[in-house]
Formats: sequence, structure tokens, C-alpha cells
Amino acid sequence: MEPYARGRRLLRDQPGLVVVSAVALLLVGDLVAKLLGGGLTPARFGGFVWDGLVIGLLIGLAGIGLSLTYSILGFANFAHGDYISWGAFSGWAVAYLLAGIDRYAAGGLLLIGAGDGPAPGDVGVSITNTPLSIVAGLVVAVGFTVGVSLLVDRLVYRPIRSADGITLLIASIGVAFALRYLIVFFFYSGRQGVTDISRVPSYDIGGVVINAHELTIVVVALALMVGVHLLLQRSKLGKAMRAMADNRDLAQVTGIPVEGVIRTTWILGGGLAGAAGYLVVLTQGTIAYDLGWLLLLLIFAAVIMGGIGSVYGAIVGGLVIGLASRLSLIWLTGDLSSFAEPVAFGLMIFVLLFRPEGIFGGVSTA
Amino acid sequence: MSADSSPTDRLPTDRLDGFRDLLERSDAALVLTAMAAFYLLFLSIGAILNYDFAGLISILGQVTFFTAVYALVVLALNLQWGYAGLFNIGIAGFMAVGVYTMAMLTAPPTGSPPGLGLPVAVGVVGGMLAAAFVGILTALPALRLRADYLAIVTVAISEIIRLTYNSPAFSTFTLPGGIALGTGGANGIGNFPSNPVRAIYYADPSSAASETTPIGTAIFGFFETVFGVVRSAVIVDLTYGVVLAVVVFLVYILLARVGNSPFGRVLKAIREDEIVAKSLGKDTNRFKIKTFMLGCALMGLAGVLWQGFGTGAVYPQAFRPELTFYIFIAVIIGGAGSNTGSVLGGAVFANLLFLMPQYLPNIIEQTFAIRADPNNFIAAVAPIAAGEITPLLGYVLNQRLPALRFVFVGILLVYLMQNRPEGLLGHRTETAAAVDLSEGHTPGGTARSDPTAPDESGGVDDE
Amino acid sequence: MSSESAGTPDGRAGGTAVSDDHEDEPPLRVENLRKEFGGITAVDGASFSVATESLTGLIGPNGAGKSTTFNCITGIHEPTAGAVYLNGTDIAGLAPNVVADRGLVRTFQIARELAEMTVLENLMLAPQRQQGESLYRSVLPTFRDGVIAEETELREAVWESLEFFEIDHLAEEQAGTLSGGQRKLLEMARALMTDPDILLLDEPFAGVNPTLETKLLDRINQLRAEEGLTFLLVEHDMDIIMEHCDPVIVMHQGQVLAEGPSEAIRNNERVVDAYFGEQQ
Repeated sequence: MEPYARGRRLLRDQPGLVVVSAVALLLVGDLVAKLLGGGLTPARFGGFVWDGLVIGLLIGLAGIGLSLTYSILGFANFAHGDYISWGAFSGWAVAYLLAGIDRYAAGGLLLIGAGDGPAPGDVGVSITNTPLSIVAGLVVAVGFTVGVSLLVDRLVYRPIRSADGITLLIASIGVAFALRYLIVFFFYSGRQGVTDISRVPSYDIGGVVINAHELTIVVVALALMVGVHLLLQRSKLGKAMRAMADNRDLAQVTGIPVEGVIRTTWILGGGLAGAAGYLVVLTQGTIAYDLGWLLLLLIFAAVIMGGIGSVYGAIVGGLVIGLASRLSLIWLTGDLSSFAEPVAFGLMIFVLLFRPEGIFGGVSTA
Repeated sequence: MSADSSPTDRLPTDRLDGFRDLLERSDAALVLTAMAAFYLLFLSIGAILNYDFAGLISILGQVTFFTAVYALVVLALNLQWGYAGLFNIGIAGFMAVGVYTMAMLTAPPTGSPPGLGLPVAVGVVGGMLAAAFVGILTALPALRLRADYLAIVTVAISEIIRLTYNSPAFSTFTLPGGIALGTGGANGIGNFPSNPVRAIYYADPSSAASETTPIGTAIFGFFETVFGVVRSAVIVDLTYGVVLAVVVFLVYILLARVGNSPFGRVLKAIREDEIVAKSLGKDTNRFKIKTFMLGCALMGLAGVLWQGFGTGAVYPQAFRPELTFYIFIAVIIGGAGSNTGSVLGGAVFANLLFLMPQYLPNIIEQTFAIRADPNNFIAAVAPIAAGEITPLLGYVLNQRLPALRFVFVGILLVYLMQNRPEGLLGHRTETAAAVDLSEGHTPGGTARSDPTAPDESGGVDDE
Repeated sequence: MSSESAGTPDGRAGGTAVSDDHEDEPPLRVENLRKEFGGITAVDGASFSVATESLTGLIGPNGAGKSTTFNCITGIHEPTAGAVYLNGTDIAGLAPNVVADRGLVRTFQIARELAEMTVLENLMLAPQRQQGESLYRSVLPTFRDGVIAEETELREAVWESLEFFEIDHLAEEQAGTLSGGQRKLLEMARALMTDPDILLLDEPFAGVNPTLETKLLDRINQLRAEEGLTFLLVEHDMDIIMEHCDPVIVMHQGQVLAEGPSEAIRNNERVVDAYFGEQQ
């Protein structure tokens, strides 16, 4: 009777864990069967994994900022997606400008093809064709978004620093609206092609097609993550941030410069968001005013899964969400492929219900 | 006011104060005054734009329609959030469930997409029940989450709903038993039943070329001969607006009863401090579930009346989270917790932030003779160096005004959170009781000293 | 066993006299209660019982675990181990509303008034199982009449209570605008309006002047004698404890240090030690 009693208790105390394990086992089993039986070629599988990895790293990158804001400032920042969008637009405006300045007027380039500006094919932006402009764009994306985050904090959040999480959340919705539609005002509301696909080299590794842009993204994203890790682990600042995430009042009393830490949080979070937005366009090839907003829910999913306040949680959560949304296509074929995103959302809801503190436990805010 | 100031000096301010008093005391007066103001505003707009009488009726119809539908959804959200503190930002999803279910129940089995062919009334009730059902599915697991998590979950569910309706997988499908249904996928449902109001005026409401009923002939005839109105559609639309206003009134009465009762009291307590409510013996989960279901049912109804019979926009794109946020902003403007505030917030949003900006470009073009010209920002701004701002104005008019409107809405939201989080009317207290709690009693009727102050023997001071 | 308890039979032989039962099964009994928060053990094996119709005192230095014990009893925390017997039934881990519904109500040490509701609304909230708490009854025509009738009755009871607690002049004020002492009074008035069988009072007299304090204690004793209520009182004011409470339970570092009549407690060496420097 002993083993059954233990099993029954596990089912009662941790139903979520049991369900997840059972489903995971089933899926892995089916996956192996498909791979062995030929229903799924290793190349195609590798393709899904690679896609999931790329988008997962980007979601994770953007998620770090959201997670930090959530735990240190105490609210869910619904404007985070629009920081991402602004990163994309500011960076690509500059990238476009530098790539095409020798041939086209500055105005049309800066607005990334707004109005009657030049077409992406003509400007020819790609990592191999115009590497410097891409790098410059990334730098500008990060810098500009940092500026926007700090400015917004100064104008919007600092005056209500002591307000409760819901008030700040609602204020962030206002910020989201303002930022998003300023993009529409300055640029446009449609979707615009940006990179020149024909000039992006791709490589075939065992049947899996990887292109140079995706490679760039993986390299840059990993580099940034390592940088953040070093910053948080090695520096005093990192310790201060973790202290503040735990208990802001206590941190203040022990002499931690609260406003300084908050400033750093925005710089870090905003900068990474800007980079993520810029890189998303690099992989998607198109840009639109709501690109960040469309990703926001997935980023929330990643952050919640990983545990709010945990940087590594955000990264792991991002990878899980990215991989889940791509790997689910193995089973969701044909018409059902439109349910890949709902699967990711469903995963998040599931985690929230059974383990709200996420995989890494995270830090709870009041 | 001193007794010796002359009577003529006192009257105008008296009247103004008296009027302001009336607005403070009477909700009905407040709402009617606001609507009167809005009607006047839009009639003026119509006049400036040289609308004919039919055009004026059309504008009035639009004002009534949008005020009513916004008020309806805002009232529903206010029940969930303003009273019970349930932070539901999945409103668009529940509205979609309402109208889509209605469509699937009433579409003819041979239609495209096919449906069950049931009568319209069954469809409306079915839509509300379906929305309530999805509401309870959401609520059961999610209500024990804290507010911001609930917000994220409701947005996620709203998107799942939208993506499901959008998916080609359900564009047409067959249930076991051979019943064919369909969502229409990304195209949505084009053959939504015709507006029941048409039955007043047309013998065959579903046909565009139908004969008019006796009432129809009479009213259309009246408007044609007296006001020269040939487009009878505007009269039908205005009638629908009036019907909706009645619906809003009924829903208001319902929600006022819910709020002004022990039930409403417990909701307010849950919003403020759920532990206290529980410690007093209230099963807060049941209250939250009932409230959530009722609110979702009303949102489903709103979907039917708004996107269904109203704008005929039964497709997934109409139910993106943006719709939810508009409602949200209207609730905040009006003040969460007040039913009257909800109606006013809906009215203000619908008229000033939604409708009016749509007319603004035409007004500006007409009055200032500016054309919507440069189509990119740089071309609009460059001439400023040479002292010309017309290109900038022209740029703004060229489809950029809606964007600026939302920038303004965003800034307004931030301003409200910083300065007036209780909204326009949040300070209005709607006492949660079925009777007047002060009737027959005066506070402090028996004169006594502060029970917490120290007395002569030197007791403990209160803080 | 009292006829109102919903507890399971305790297996005793039938035919015992009613008075014996009161002795045998106290309305509230805590057994080896233990509550851990992460690394901290707030309550470490506490056991005590509260005799029927008594005014039992619960004292102890700050951090002794009194509030945590209250929270475990009332269902706000689930105990890590141990049992809480309400009229013989173990209620440990039950939700707070279930516990309150069974007649066990508490007040909070830091008054938790519902700040944005008026004093009147705060009190009208308290009575349990109101007709109008049902959605359809509040809304449908004939049923609403019944609700209105009950509301009218409740209103009168509420005003009586406000007048007794001498805060009737604040009836229409928002509860958040009250002073600290007034909020404490509201807290107690609200708890009493639930018509409880057992009331746990957590420092209810803080900030209340002595005359009113005496009046409230008289009322408590009246309720004990006439309505059969049982009170467990946490207080720091030793005068009140020593003068009115019997027995007195002393907690220290999560455990019950001593239990007995106030005289015995006053002279108990260990109790004095625990309180060294804290006595008023």
C-alpha cells in the first residue's frame, strides 16, 4: 500500500507537477516515435528547435527588463512592449540612414520608408552587406530606449513612487498608449519590410537552414545576457538590486540608494528591451508599430514562468516559451498551427495556477 | 450671502449654485445634462459641416449609439472591478464570445458560415449564457490570483478566444451528430441577423428592399415631408440608439440594485480587504464568481448589441485588447465604483475621445482650408524652419489625428493616476445598502464627548 | 456537548449531565499547535483551552506568537502541525469564512476597518447569513422586499451598537478617517454584530479611554452571563488582565509558559522573567 499512498499524496499536493510530468512524458515519447518512424525528419525538428531558440532568446532578453521592473519597482509594466517597439524604430531609422545615405535623401531613410521612401530591396540592409550600419543601429536602439525609459520614469512614475501596484500598472497602460501611437504619428501604422532578405547569407547545417541574421541575434543576445550576469553578480549594484527586490523599505533604511537602483533598473531594462526590439526586426525582416505589444503577452508568460525578479528565470522562461511555441507545431499541423501562440498562453496560465512563484521561485512583491 | 445685498445681485449665482447642487444630488440630472451638452456639441459640428437634416439625425443617432454601448460595457466592468475589485482586462474576449455564439446559434444551416438557425431571442440569451460560461471557466481557477496576475490571465484568455475565432481550423466545422457550425475564421461572420428594430419599420426586416409597415410609412413620410429626409436608414439607426438607451437604463437599475444591497456591500468589502470579509464569515469566492459571471454575461450582451446589431463587425480584428483598454479608460475617467460615473465615463469617452476626433479633420479642413497633404513627418516639419506650419497641420490631418488622439488618451490616463485616481466621479458615494442608513437617526444625536479622548482620571490617549 | 455545536460526538457514554459536558469539551481547544514560516517557528507546540463563557486572558511579550496563534485558529494561516478544536471538531486549516460561520470571530490587533466604506456600512456588513447576500434576492422584485425589511431591522441594531460604543456621531464618516481608538471600537462593534459564540479580541482597548473601557468590559461580562459568549482576550494592559480575566494564559517564544488564575500568574517567577522590563 505504501507506494500507492505516496503517489496519491503527490497527486493531491502537487497536481500541477504530476500533470506536467505526464504530458511531458507523452510528448517526448511521441516525439521520439515520430523521429524514429520518419514522421518527423531530424532536419525539420532541428529547424523548429533553432527557431524556438532564436525567438526564445529574444523573449528572454526582453523579459529580463520586465522581470526587474516588476520586482524592484513593484508593478507590471504594460508599456514594456512599446519600449521594445521604440528600440526597433529608433535603431532601424539610424541603420537605414547609414546604409542608404550615399544614395537616398536622409528624410525618407530616417522614417524607414514612410511615405514615398525607398524600398528595403533598394537600400539593401543586411549584416553582410552593411555591417556597420547594423551595429550602429543596435547601439542607437539601446541608447534611445534607455533615454525613453528614464524620461518616462522621471515624468510618470517618480511622482507616484509610493502608489500601489495597480495604480502604477494603469499608469503604464497610459504610457503604452502614448508611446505606441507616437510611433504611428512619426512613422506609420502599417507593416514595413526592412531588411533585404536576398542579401542575407544562409548556411545549411545538417539540413537545418540558419541565416546570418539569426546567428547574429544569438551571439548578441548571449553576449548581453552574460554581461547582465556579470553586472549583477560581481558588482555592488547587483547586490543592491537584489536587496531592493526583496524589501524596499528595509533597503532604504540600510542606506541603499533607492533612486539610484531604480535608475539602473530602467537603464538595464530599457536598454535590453531596445536591443530586443531591434533584433526582432532583424529576424522578422519587417517592422510595425505594435511589434512590441504583440510580443508583450509572451514576454509576461516567460517572466511569470521563470519567476518574477529572477533574471535567469526570465531567460529560461523565454526559452521555454519560444521553444514551446515552435515545437508545438510538430503536433499542431495545418489549420491547427494557428494555435501555437494560444499554447504558450495556456502554458503561462497553467503555471500561474499551480506555481505562481514560477520555476525559479522569484521574489514576491507585496 | 448677506441679507442686505440686493436681490438682483444674488439671483444669477443662486441659480448657478442651485443647479450645481442639483447635479451633485441627482444622478439623472447629471446624466441628462451631460447628454444634452453632447447633443448640442454634435449638432453644432453638423451645422459647421453643413450637414442636411438627415445628416444631423445621423449624427444624433451615432452619439446615442456609442454612448449607450460604451455605457453598457463600462457598467459591466464597473461591477467586476469598481465593486468587487476584479481586474478583468479580457473584456473584448467576452464580448466576442457573446456575439459569436449568437451568430452561430442564429445563422441558417445553409448559410456561410453555417449555424443552428434558431430565433434571434434565443441567440441573444445564448450569447449571454456562453459569455457567462466562459466567465466562470476563467474565474474558477483565476480568482484566487492577485489583481495584476488576474489582469494578465484575462488578457491572455481574451487573446486565446480571439485567436480561436480567427483560426482557419474553426472557420467551418462539424460537431459530432452532424451539426455544422462556423466562425468564419479571419473574415468573421458577414451574415449576422438584421437589427430587430427594423421590424418596427419594415414588413420584412431582413430584406433591404422590403415594404414599410404602417408605422414605418407614417414616420418616414412625416420626416420626408416636414424635414426633407429621404434616407430612412438614419431614422432606423436613431431608433436603435433610443432602444439601446432604454437597455442601458434597465441594466443600470439592475446594477444599482446589486450594488445597493448586502450583496454589493460584501463586494465592496472584498475589494477593500478580502481577509476582513472572510473573517466576518463571507464566502468570498462565491461572491466573486457570481459577480464575474454576471459581468461577463452583460459584456456578451454588449457584444451582441454593439458589434452584432450595431456596427456589424463580427470579425476577430474587432476584438483586440485595444477595445478592452478603451473601456478601461472610460471606467477610470468616470470613477470606479460609481454606476452613474460609469455611464458618464462611457459618455465622455464615446463622445469626446472616440466620436469627436473623427469629425475634427473635416472641421479643420473646412474652417481653415487646410488639405491633408504631406504624408511623412519630415516633410511636415522641415518647412517650420521657413516659418510655415501649414504642412505640419496638413500632416496631422492626413490620418495622423487618430494616433494623436490615443497619445492624448495615454497622457490623460497618466494624469488621472497621478492627480485624480478616483476619476471624475469617484468621490460620489453610492452607499451599499437597500435602505437609507441614516433614516430616522442623526449622527451624534446624543451629545457626548469623544469616547477615545482621555478623561479626568488620565486614560490612554488615542493616536 | 451543547446543543448548538456541530461537532462530532466525542465517544463519551450517553446520559451525562449537561453541566458535565461544559466541563468536558471546551468551546475552543488548541493542541500542540505549530506554525513555521520558512526558517522561523512562530508557534512552537502551544496547547491551551478556553473554558465556556469565560473571559480568558492571553498575554506574552512581543513576538510570543499570540497573533499567529489567532491567525491559525481563525484560518488565516494553516498550521504546520497540531489541531484546533472548535466545540470538539478540528477546524485547523479551514477557510476563515467557514470558521467565522461556525461562530468563531476575531478582531485584529491593527484595526482593519474598511476605510472607504462608512462606519454604518462597516457594521451593516457584519451580521452573518443576510438574506440580501444572495444575488437574486437583492434584485428580483418580491424578494427585494424581504431584503429591505431585514435591512431596516439591521439598521436599527447597528445604530444601537453605535450609540453603545459612543461612535454614533461618526456614523456617516468614512471609516478611514477615524482615529486609531475609534477604529478599534469599530472593530469590536463589528465583531459583536456577527452574533458570535466565541470572540477572540486582539488588544481591543488600545486607545480607548478608561470610562468607556469599563463600560465595554461590563458589556462583555453581560454577554457572557446572558448570551453565553466566550471571550479570549489578548491585552498588554495588565490591570485589565489581572482584574477581569480568569484564567490567564501566558505565551512566550511560541509556547504556553503558564496557565492559571491571574493571582498565580502574577506571582509566577518564569512569567516575571519573560516579561522582565516589559511590565507596565
